[in-house]
Amino acid sequence: MWMRNILFLALCVTGLALVGRNLLDRDRVDTPRDFRSGRLNVTPASAAPDGAEKGQTTATDLAVVVAKINQEFRDHWREKGLSPAARADDLAIARRLSLALTGTIPSLEEIRELEKVRPADRVNWWLAHLLEDRRYADYVAERLARAYVGTENGPFIVYRRRRFVTWLADQLEKKTPYDAIVRELIADTGLWNAEPAVNFLTVTARQQEGNRPDEVRLAARTTRAFLGMRIDCLQCHDDRLGNVTLGAADEPRGGKQADFHKLAAFFGQARTGLTGIQDDPKRSYQTKYLEADKEEVVAPQVPYGEEIFDGRGTRRQQLARWVTNPNNKPFARATANRLWAILFGRALLEPVDSIPLFGKYPPGLETLAEDFISHGYDVKRLIAIIAATDVYQLDSKADFEVTPAHEQEWAVFPVTRMRPEQVAGAVIQASSLTTINADAHIFSQLGKFIQTNQFVERYGDLGEDEFIDRGGTIPQRLLMMNGELVKERTDQNPVQNAATRIAMVTPKNHQAVETAYLVTLTRRPTPAELAHFTKRLADREERNRAGAMEDLYWVLLNSTEFSWNH
Amino acid sequence: MEPLTNSPKSKVEEANVMNPEIGPARSDFGPWTLDFGLRSACGSLSHVNRRTLLKAAGLSGLCWLTPLAERLARAADKEPSGKPAKSVIVLWMQGGPSQFETFDPHPDPVSKYAGGTKWIETAVKGTRIAAGLPLVAEQMVSISLVRSVVSKEGDHERATYNAKTGFRPDPTLIHPSLGAIICHQTSDNVEIPRHVSILPGPWPARGGFLGDQFDAFQTYDPSSPVPDVNGRVPAPRMAKRLADLEVVEGQFARGRLKRLDVDKTLHRTSIQAARKMMESDQLKAFDVSKASVNLKSEFGDTPFGRGCLAAVQLIEVGVRCVEVTLDGWDTHANNHALVAERNKVLDPAFAALIKELKNRKLLDSTIVLWGGEFGRTPVIRGLDGGGRDHWPHGFTVALAGGGIRGGLVIGENSPNPKMDVKNLVEANVRDPRNIEDIHATVLSALDIDFAQEMETPIGRPMALSKGKVIEQLLA
Repeated sequence: MWMRNILFLALCVTGLALVGRNLLDRDRVDTPRDFRSGRLNVTPASAAPDGAEKGQTTATDLAVVVAKINQEFRDHWREKGLSPAARADDLAIARRLSLALTGTIPSLEEIRELEKVRPADRVNWWLAHLLEDRRYADYVAERLARAYVGTENGPFIVYRRRRFVTWLADQLEKKTPYDAIVRELIADTGLWNAEPAVNFLTVTARQQEGNRPDEVRLAARTTRAFLGMRIDCLQCHDDRLGNVTLGAADEPRGGKQADFHKLAAFFGQARTGLTGIQDDPKRSYQTKYLEADKEEVVAPQVPYGEEIFDGRGTRRQQLARWVTNPNNKPFARATANRLWAILFGRALLEPVDSIPLFGKYPPGLETLAEDFISHGYDVKRLIAIIAATDVYQLDSKADFEVTPAHEQEWAVFPVTRMRPEQVAGAVIQASSLTTINADAHIFSQLGKFIQTNQFVERYGDLGEDEFIDRGGTIPQRLLMMNGELVKERTDQNPVQNAATRIAMVTPKNHQAVETAYLVTLTRRPTPAELAHFTKRLADREERNRAGAMEDLYWVLLNSTEFSWNH
Repeated sequence: MEPLTNSPKSKVEEANVMNPEIGPARSDFGPWTLDFGLRSACGSLSHVNRRTLLKAAGLSGLCWLTPLAERLARAADKEPSGKPAKSVIVLWMQGGPSQFETFDPHPDPVSKYAGGTKWIETAVKGTRIAAGLPLVAEQMVSISLVRSVVSKEGDHERATYNAKTGFRPDPTLIHPSLGAIICHQTSDNVEIPRHVSILPGPWPARGGFLGDQFDAFQTYDPSSPVPDVNGRVPAPRMAKRLADLEVVEGQFARGRLKRLDVDKTLHRTSIQAARKMMESDQLKAFDVSKASVNLKSEFGDTPFGRGCLAAVQLIEVGVRCVEVTLDGWDTHANNHALVAERNKVLDPAFAALIKELKNRKLLDSTIVLWGGEFGRTPVIRGLDGGGRDHWPHGFTVALAGGGIRGGLVIGENSPNPKMDVKNLVEANVRDPRNIEDIHATVLSALDIDFAQEMETPIGRPMALSKGKVIEQLLA
């Protein structure tokens, strides 16, 4: 009888210990595979197009491109008479990369691992670590999906946004070349849950017309998301404001209504049926032009670059091949600009989806575009190049006076507002000492998901209006100062909240302050801050250290530095 | 007087801009209000309404021209007839309320279109509404009906966007909702948000391209506390926290863009404005518990009823637009029973709203707008417990107050609708009006120039409304 009791107790204790171990403890962060091999290995998964080199990218190969971009920026700053800021701290760069690629900030254990790496290798190590995390694929897929299908829920009968984003994330993780992804988006056929790429079309399905995809919306989306051109106004009339220039550098011409509708005609044969999206060669696209009396049939034609159009396959396949043709530079520029915007918080050429067909481009854009094309449209490589440039690693502060011109010309790193899910992700990660990723306890992951959604709803989703310069709003400040999420995550809770744990386990006040800063702001406190907060903690030591830590956490989470990317 | 800023990126928190008509802010608002109370009212998007002026003079220097100078200019060329309305209460019926069971009953209760729904006479001779709204019927003298509203959107999300902004969804930009337009075009010395949404649905009213500082402030059932405005710790501890925050902010500002807060992040500015809101007396307007028991029972003991009472209180302290949502109108099945239940909530609240606005002498300056994203089909599908589907080809919007003539009925739907024609509106609706016409009418009653074109982030000029005023309502 005693044996049974003892056995039962042992079982309970073991169970609790396992749960506790899972919740409170974790294995150390593994060395990223790509880094362990000794070089930043970002192999393109498919053959590169004609003439360009294939195969492995070596560190020296990347270095050449990076050096070229660095030189372009140096020349640019010299021309503008601006001197750039100094290089930022490794931790600051790590924070930027985390926010841009995973929508959250580095955890304490990741920071500890990062600081063990040799300083010269740190950014490479960190980037490799992020790029092999599933969180990168999920987050960047969501950011890209906003440009492809927007944020609306769409007609549920024929549209599955979640499925679409997951598929896109899988492609990013598998390193599918970007041109292959875009060809699938434009030209794929099938059912929206089996072939998720067709959701690019079905999100525009018109329920009152048998769920036929809307050619007009698709034409607008295709040009903005893939080509970085805004020709939306041409839907209704010829260009009147000089906003759309087509043709070639030596023969520019204004945009015409016909340009828009001839592009829309490529989607004119797509139909929705029992087998999903299919192309019906008997159909045609019709529209009524502004001054015309009645509708007319419009034959498909590309708005520029007719010489690279080869006309093979169905209409959508023809369009897909033209868009992703290696000589279609706008495609590469648009992608480079968008990935730049995701990393920096601001597009290299603003607005992110309106890039001129010809003319003078900002430093770096053409080099990035050409490299992107010649290395098989490798997204990870493009990210790696941008992250390795001097301009990305600049500090946002300087010891000279920073003017708006410095920010405008990239001589300092721009300070930009974080997106709501980034703020939520950062608050949640800051309340945990371990990384909340796919290996984290399921409760942590679930909690993160639910709380992020609730927070984003009140904080205000920017929707598709990304990369537009905006200030903070009062409801956002109220939400951070008094809201549920911050309260729950700073409250005295030794199981869930880092603030309490730090208060419990760090013996010295200055260590506690330093840990709090590292976890929330990804930096160490300045001497002034350290002195101030150590004194605060000391004043409350006898009574309530956890309460003092809660206050410190609240302060750090409500600072500008926390909610703004720098 | 401090010179108006020339910086193109200068931003100001809109909630506390000095009202140009009443002069500088009172000193008990604190020194910081005076500081940016004297700056211009424009946001980072230069809301210039004349493109040529924009191109000729450049963005930065002239962003102060709107909307103050615009109003002065307009005042110079026409005389307003009577005082314009000041605020709007939107009673938003999420789901698409059936016009047959609310404000446009079928003349023959036993017909297949009415399915048994009876009508009742109202205080306006000749106007009949459905039997489920007796209290509202008594107030019909103040309420006008537009029964022939049509739109081209049949999907909830898209139609909601259409009804709240007056435009169809556009992938290139987000249009501002009615409340956002009003707040943008006016300025007040109100410490709480001027655009409020009580019990918001899934698609709350937004600021769109005018800026997200004009998004509706979302709050829920007035019987629960207003979210996020109560400090979680006692005041002395909060004061300590805020003092500590200054230390961190000071360190961050060092070495960075000069005037980082004022010119870019507005972070500290917003925190100050948020604190002001937290401490404001005007917050009491959200709380209905102090109202008399009689008044509360008149509005009805429902979240919607309480929301309507709170709306009156908010309008009284100077809020410009309050949206109160009543959900559950999407009756694809069991239409009659479900709508009857909704009417039991709507009837007392709507009627009490009109009466209370009259009592507090607010009805003449407050427009009340009732409606949903579309109506419901004349044909009832299924046997007992049948439902009606979406019907944007002739549905009802009700308007009251704010200088809008009451007791009118505009437009009519055919009692024997032809369902298998290509153009349902042409066949069945007399005097059809677009959703944007309602917007134009409301904005006109508020004396806002809705035809003015704003410069949007994509460079495309966009009018505030493309509708035509319904003249009979404003005579």
